[in-house]
Amino acid sequence: MKITLNVWRQASPAEAGRMVKYELDNVSEHMSFLEMLDVLNEQLIGKGELPVSFDHDCREGICGSCGFVINGVPHGPRRGTTVCQLHMREFKSGDELFLEPWRAAAFPVIKDLVVNRSAFDRIIQAGGFVSIPTGSAPDGNAIPVPKKDSDRAMSAATCIGCGACVAACPNASASLFTSAKVSHLGLLPQGQPERYDRAVKMVNQAKEEGFGGCTNIGLCEAVCPKNISLENIARMNRDFTVGAWTYREAAAEGGAA
Amino acid sequence: MAMSATASSLARVSRFYEAPVGKKVVMAVTGMVLVGFVLGHMAGNLQIYLPAGADGVYAIDRYGALLHASEELLWGARLVLLASIGLHIWSAIQLATAANAARPVRYVRHSSLHSSYASRTMYWSGPIIGLFIVYHLLHFTTGTVHPDYKYLSVHDNVVKGFSVWYASAFYIVAMSLLCLHLYHGVWSMFQSLGFNHPRYTPRLQFGAKVFALLIAAGNISIPLAVLTGLVK
Repeated sequence: MKITLNVWRQASPAEAGRMVKYELDNVSEHMSFLEMLDVLNEQLIGKGELPVSFDHDCREGICGSCGFVINGVPHGPRRGTTVCQLHMREFKSGDELFLEPWRAAAFPVIKDLVVNRSAFDRIIQAGGFVSIPTGSAPDGNAIPVPKKDSDRAMSAATCIGCGACVAACPNASASLFTSAKVSHLGLLPQGQPERYDRAVKMVNQAKEEGFGGCTNIGLCEAVCPKNISLENIARMNRDFTVGAWTYREAAAEGGAA
Repeated sequence: MAMSATASSLARVSRFYEAPVGKKVVMAVTGMVLVGFVLGHMAGNLQIYLPAGADGVYAIDRYGALLHASEELLWGARLVLLASIGLHIWSAIQLATAANAARPVRYVRHSSLHSSYASRTMYWSGPIIGLFIVYHLLHFTTGTVHPDYKYLSVHDNVVKGFSVWYASAFYIVAMSLLCLHLYHGVWSMFQSLGFNHPRYTPRLQFGAKVFALLIAAGNISIPLAVLTGLVK
């Protein structure tokens, strides 16, 4: 296969970037997209040029490290798939592809296709946890969880935090990511004590990080490699609204008065 | 104590509205008021097709007089609508500003797969409908831009107003955009308020499309009926 690539090259966060064109002959249809970039990088190194930087780790579609935008679509044309699990057989010889990093103020470009996603970590730090006493493992069936709830919590928990939802959203909103984290804990009994506080804190942190608001367009759901549903965003909206209106200050007397 | 209670409830409102989720809830609630108005407005206007009674008074003129029977109620309703539209626009401007700031560098290549045209163009259909409302009020409420306006003679005002082809054309364009706006907005407001269910949401989305088309068809039929001489 013959593939023409237009890749965003940016040497550092402070420098301006630009699209650079590369021609690749002899691309095997069995290569993954990242293997194709590995081949490109070998050629660039051979010529004494800097290789294209891109994030990757497991290359099994489960770690959430990889991801960039191919022809305007985060993770490329195959639905429910990260770019590492995308294969060149999805394309045809002669295709021209445009590779760009996630574009969001909250995801500054570090180099080429690599962006800084630590804004997601701070959203998790704001409330994406349950406070439980550690110690010996509790009995597995001590807290009953309805199967339907555990299934929905598990679906939300499959979010790998790759950032494709932000990249696809015309508002650069982190609502799908945030709502997956809000739902996966909020659907389980262990997540109930902090449920409403969690939604308020995580929504506010997402805003502080400079992500936009959700306008229910649904592109996030369409590009999500884990098929996280928009239903989670509705759930987050509900928990946020309840949390914001029923918020109470902690009792000054420690609750004794 | 009273002071701090007021301060804390103000803080509560601002904490709620500060977040984009709060702004979208405001858009949804005000949108619901406006959707209700749009439906009632069309139902009232379709009386243009009813003939004059035995006393020679058109049904729509009688209806117009009924709406103007109490100035207090009329202005009460107008204030609710003005407040709704004001909040709707204000939240939209703030959300659009935040969205612009959230993506300072644009993509070279765009794709909008799996999203509706209507949902991506809400920031275009909205402002044009807003301008249309101003024109509509100057046209049929104050009569400022109407060729021959007479207070409360609704039937004659409509026929004379829509006989001007470019006025009718603007109405038709604006109603087509309202159709797009409702196509997304009517299901989207439920999502913003936290209602989404695998059983009901697809039906809501379908219902929103039917509703948007009916509103547009009903409203567009009136200038067309005047232009074709069906209503005279």
